[in-house]
Amino acid sequence: MKSRVFPLLITFVVFVLLYLFCLSRFDSFGTTKVICNLLRNYAYLGIPAIGVTFVILSGGIDLSSGSIIAFTGVFCALMIERNGMHPLVVFALILSIGTAFGMMMGVFIHYFKIPAFIVTLSGMFLARGGAYVLTTDSISIRHPFYDEVSKIVYIFPDGGRFTFAAGAFLAVLVLGIFLAHFTRFGRNVYAMGGNETGALLLGVPVGRTTIGIYALSSFLATFAGIILSLSKHSGDSTIAMGAEMDVITGVVIGGTLLTGGVGYVIGTFIGTLVPGVIHTYLTLDGSLTPWWIKIIVGTLLLVFIGLQKLLGSQFDFFKLFRRPPLRAEQQAQ
Amino acid sequence: MSINEQTQFPLLETQGLTKSFIATLALSEVDFTLHAGEVHALLGENGAGKSTLIKLITGVHPKDAGTILLEGKVIEPRSPGHAQELGISAVYQEINLIPTLSVAENIFLGRQPMRFGLVNMRSANRRARELLETFHIDIDVTRDLSSYSIAIQQIVAIVRGVDLSAKVLILDEPTSSLDRHEVETLFSVIRSLKKRGIGILLITHFIDQVYEISDRITVLRNGLKVGEHQTQELPKVKLVSEMLGKELTDELMVQNGQQTNGESEHETFLQVRGFARRGMMEPFDVVVKKGEIVGLAGLLGSGRTETAHLIFGIEKSETGEAYVKGQKVNLTSPQKAIRHGFGLCPEDRKAEGIIDDLTVRENIILALQAKMGWFNHLSRKRQEQLAQEMIDALRIVTPDTEKPVKELSGGNQQKVILARWLISNPEFLILDEPTRGIDVGAHVEIINIIKRLAKEGKAMMVISSELAEVVDYSDRVVVLRDRKKITELEGDQISENTIMQTIAER
Amino acid sequence: MLEQLIPNLKNQIGKLKIGNFTWQNSRAFWTVLALFIIIVANRLISPNFFSIQMVEGRLIGSLINILDGAAPIMLLSIGMTLVIATKGVDLSVGAVMAICAAVAVMLINQYESGATDFYYTPPFVILIALGTGALCGLWNGILVAFFDIQPIVATMILMTSGRGIAQMITNGQSPTFTDDTLAFIGRGVIFGVPFPIYLYLAVFLLVYLLVRRTAIGLMIESVGINARASYYAGINASLIKVLVYVLSGVCAALAGLIIAGEVKSADPHKNGEWAELDAILAVVIGGTSLSGGRFSLGLSALGVLIVQSLLTGLYISKLHPTANLVVKAIVVLVVLLFQSDEFRRRIRQLVRRRA
Repeated sequence: MKSRVFPLLITFVVFVLLYLFCLSRFDSFGTTKVICNLLRNYAYLGIPAIGVTFVILSGGIDLSSGSIIAFTGVFCALMIERNGMHPLVVFALILSIGTAFGMMMGVFIHYFKIPAFIVTLSGMFLARGGAYVLTTDSISIRHPFYDEVSKIVYIFPDGGRFTFAAGAFLAVLVLGIFLAHFTRFGRNVYAMGGNETGALLLGVPVGRTTIGIYALSSFLATFAGIILSLSKHSGDSTIAMGAEMDVITGVVIGGTLLTGGVGYVIGTFIGTLVPGVIHTYLTLDGSLTPWWIKIIVGTLLLVFIGLQKLLGSQFDFFKLFRRPPLRAEQQAQ
Repeated sequence: MSINEQTQFPLLETQGLTKSFIATLALSEVDFTLHAGEVHALLGENGAGKSTLIKLITGVHPKDAGTILLEGKVIEPRSPGHAQELGISAVYQEINLIPTLSVAENIFLGRQPMRFGLVNMRSANRRARELLETFHIDIDVTRDLSSYSIAIQQIVAIVRGVDLSAKVLILDEPTSSLDRHEVETLFSVIRSLKKRGIGILLITHFIDQVYEISDRITVLRNGLKVGEHQTQELPKVKLVSEMLGKELTDELMVQNGQQTNGESEHETFLQVRGFARRGMMEPFDVVVKKGEIVGLAGLLGSGRTETAHLIFGIEKSETGEAYVKGQKVNLTSPQKAIRHGFGLCPEDRKAEGIIDDLTVRENIILALQAKMGWFNHLSRKRQEQLAQEMIDALRIVTPDTEKPVKELSGGNQQKVILARWLISNPEFLILDEPTRGIDVGAHVEIINIIKRLAKEGKAMMVISSELAEVVDYSDRVVVLRDRKKITELEGDQISENTIMQTIAER
Repeated sequence: MLEQLIPNLKNQIGKLKIGNFTWQNSRAFWTVLALFIIIVANRLISPNFFSIQMVEGRLIGSLINILDGAAPIMLLSIGMTLVIATKGVDLSVGAVMAICAAVAVMLINQYESGATDFYYTPPFVILIALGTGALCGLWNGILVAFFDIQPIVATMILMTSGRGIAQMITNGQSPTFTDDTLAFIGRGVIFGVPFPIYLYLAVFLLVYLLVRRTAIGLMIESVGINARASYYAGINASLIKVLVYVLSGVCAALAGLIIAGEVKSADPHKNGEWAELDAILAVVIGGTSLSGGRFSLGLSALGVLIVQSLLTGLYISKLHPTANLVVKAIVVLVVLLFQSDEFRRRIRQLVRRRA
C-alpha cells in the first residue's frame, strides 16, 4: 500500500465511524435530507478548501479565503442591485478580479520572497476592508436570475433537496481531483511541496506554478462567494468571518500535511464535512451546547496530527518498533 | 554509435578548462576526456576541483577559460537544464528527486505522457516499469520514492537522466551511503549503461570501488590535473600518493621530538570500546590520553567525521561503551559529552559551527554560557573581556568583538569556533578538519595552537586530510578506510609513507 | 534621487548605536522610518495631534490614545517576538485571551456574589488567570518542543478549540462584572496615564531583563538562527521553546484581562479576535524575520504602534472608518516590500536601467 494514503485513510475511517455513530443515534443521518443539507451548507467552506489544499500541498498557506468570500458577496449585491448589471456579467467580472488578486499574492510571494503567511494575511485585510469600503450594509439581491438558480434543485423521494450549491460543490471536487492528479500543474504542485529545490532542478516552472496556485485558490474562494450569494440572496461584508481558519482546519483534518507534498483533494472534502456532521449531530441532540463543536474539532485536529506524527515523517508505521532509521536499511519491504 | 566514431572524437572533452572564485583558482587548465562506453573515475581530495569541473560541465557555473566539446562539437552549457538537453545528466549524492511522489512520477515529472489533455499515469507507470526492467530492477513504480532505499532512489535518478537522452552521465558520490549489496545493484546498472555506449563520469572516495568499476582514472589536486591512468596499470599506493600529493620515498620520515616523552606519563582520558552504528561506522576502539594528540587519517568518506560524531554523541552509538577517566559514561547527546569536558569543532563550519548572524563575542561565549546555564549569565563586560582575550590569543582578525561572525574569513571563523571551546576549558577537544579552506598563515597558527593545547595537557583528537600535518603533530594515528578502523600507528611508525600504504593496502 | 538620499540618511543614522541594536540593520531602519512618516502625517492632518490635556485626572490626547489602544497587542507582541525568534509562531494567543478573561470573570462573579474563599479574591483571580495563560503556553510548548509538531499546526489546535473552551467556561454567555480591581487592569488610571500602558512597560521591562540580562535571549536567537550548530554547542533547545510559548501564554492572559477590564465583561467571541494576526504582523513589521533569529522587543512594539497610529490617523482625518482595513493592508504591504531584500534589489535594478 502506498504510505501517502495513510493520513487519508485515517480521515476516512474516523469520518465513517463518526457517521455510523451519528446514524446509531439519529436515523435521519441515513436520509438524503441530512446529506444534502451538509453539502449545501458546507459548499462555501468546501470549495475554497479545495483551492487551499493546492496551496498547502505546495508548501504555502492562504489566509484570505474568508474575506474574499465576503468581498465577492458584497460586490455581486452592489453590482446587481445598484448598478443593475446582469448577474452572469457580474460573476464573470468578479471571478476575473478574484483570480487577478490571487495572482498578485503569488507574485508577492514568489518574486519578493515575502512569506505566504504575511502576504495572504494582508490579502485578507485588503479583501475584508474592500468589502467594508463597498458597503457595511447587508444588501438583499432580488434579481430574477437568483430565483431561477434557486429553482435548480433535485428533490429526492425522501425529501432531500439537492441544490445548485451542492452540485457546484461536487463539481468543483471532481475538477479538483482531476486537476491534482491528471494535469502537469497538479503534479508540479505536489512536486514543489515535496522538495522545492528538487522540483526546480527537475524543471518544474516554480514561479508560474506558485502564481497559478494562489490564483486558483482565490478563484475558488470567489466562486464560493458567488455560491453563498446565490443561496443567501444577499451580500454582507461581515459574512464568513474566520472562515479561512475553518477552511485550513478542514484541509488539515483531511490529511494534508502543512509541510506540503502530501495530501488529497478528496481528504479535504471529508475534512470539511467532519465539523458539519458534528454540528448536525449537536443540533439534533439539543442537549449539547454549540461550543462543543469547536472543542471537538480542536480535539480531532489533535488526534489527526498525533496519528500522522505517530506514523512517522514518511508515515512508516513500523518505524515505531524499529531501532533508529539507518539509511542503508530503508530497503523496500 | 559506431566504434569508428568513438575513436574519432572522445564523447566528452574539456580543453584548458579554468575557473576561479573570488580569490582562489578552483580549476586550472584541466584537460579531460571521456569516451563512450567507459567508466571514468575522477578522484581527488577536498578542494581538488572535482565538483568545480562537474559544475562547469553541467552549466551550474560559467567557465573562465577553455572549451567543452561533446562528440567533437563545442558546447556552452548554460544551466543544468540546458546541459541535460545537450545530453549531459548528473546524479548527486543528495538525490534531487521528490520523495513524496511515486517512482514513475519522479521519472516523468514535467514530461508525463498525456492523453486527451490529461496526464496518463497508466502509461507513465508502464513505461517506468519497462525502463527499470532494462536494468533488471523490478519494483512497484507506483509507490513513494521515499519508501525505497537510497540505492533505488539513485537508480531512479539515473533512469530519469538516461531517459532524457543522456550521452554523458555524471555520478557524484553515488555509493557513499550504500551497503555492499546496494553497491552491487548500482554497479550492475552502471555496467549495463556502459554497454549502451553511455560515458560515465564517476566521483567516489571508495578506492576499492574505483578499481572494481572504472576503466580509467583522472586525479585532480588543488585544481590541477595530476594524472590520467588506465585503472589496471595504476598501483593503489601510487594513486593514494597522487591524491595526497606526496611522493613515496624510501627514507622514513621521522617525527619531531614532541612525542618522544614516554607514553606512560599520559593518563588516559577517554576510552571507547566497540562504538558502531549500522551504515555509518563499523565497531571501533579508541583511547585518548591527556596531553596527547590522536590523529584520524583516511581518505574523504573513510569514516573520520562519523567517528567524531559518535564520540561526541551527535549520532548515538548502537553498541559498545565509553569511559572517561575510568568512569563509564553515557555519550548520547552533545550536551552530555560537553558535561564530561568534551568539545567539538565540526567539519562543516557554516552549517554546524558558527551561528552566522550572531557576533564574534556571542559565538565565542556560546558553549560556555550553555554549560553555565540560563541564569548564570556572563556580564557583558566579562563576555567582551573573554572574547577579546581569545581574539588576541588566537589572533582572530576582526575589527571588534561585535562584528557578525558571518563577515569573517573562513580561517577566522574556524578560530572563533576553536575559541568557543577553549574558553569553556574542555579536557578533550575533537577538531574535524580544523585547517580546511583557510589561508596559509592561519593554517600554521592553528597547528601551533593544537600543539600548544596538547602541551597544556588537553586530550586531543584531530581529523585532517593533510597527511604532513597529521604526521607533524600526532602522537598516535588511527587509520580509517571504508568506515572501518584499519590500524593504529605509533611513534616511529608514523610517517606519510606508512599511512598511505596502510590506506592503500587491502 | 530617493535612492541616493536614503542610503545617505542610513549611513548617517547608521553611526548611532543603542546597545545591541544598530541602525545599520535595514529592517529596523524601515520600521522606524514608517512610524516617523505616519506620525508626521498625523500631525499634518491634525494640528493638535501632539497636544495632551489633563481632563478630570486623566490625560487626553491622540498619543495617549494610541498607546492605550495598542497596549494589549503590544503585550502580545512581547511573547510573539520571542516565539517567532525561535522559528515558531503562536496562533492561539487570541483564544488564550478569551479563555483567561473567561476564567477571571467567572471567578470574580463568585466573589461578587459573596463567596469568601481566598481564591475568589481579585488578586488570586488574576493569578489564576495568568496561570491559565501559562498552562496554555505550556501545552503549545510541549507540542512544539517535545512532539516536534510544526508550530503553526500545534498552536492551531488551541486556536480552534480555545474559543469553544472559553464559551464552555462562560456557559455560552458574555458575563459582566463590577469588581473594580479587575476593571482597573483595563480602565485604571495612575497619574493620568491609563494603567495598561504601565502594565505593558512593566512586562516589557521584566521580559527584557529576563532575556537580555540572562543567557536566555542569546539562546533564543541561537536556536532560531542555526538549530544544528546550537545543538552542537550544547544548548537545550526544547526548554527554550517551552519557555517562549509559556511567556506568550502569560502575555496573552494579561492582554485578555485588559480587554475584559475595559468592557467589564468576558466575551468569548470578541475578546482577542484577530489578535494573533495583529501581533504576528506587528512582529514582522518590527523586523523580526518569520524564519527566526535576531529579535527586538522594542521594534515589535513599534510595529504595533505603526498600525495603531495609522488607525488613529485615519480616524482623525475623518476618512470613512470603513477604509481602515484597506489602508492597514496597504501600509503593511508597503513596509514589508521595503523590508524585502528581493524587492529593493529589483527596484535598484530598475532605477539603474533607467539611469
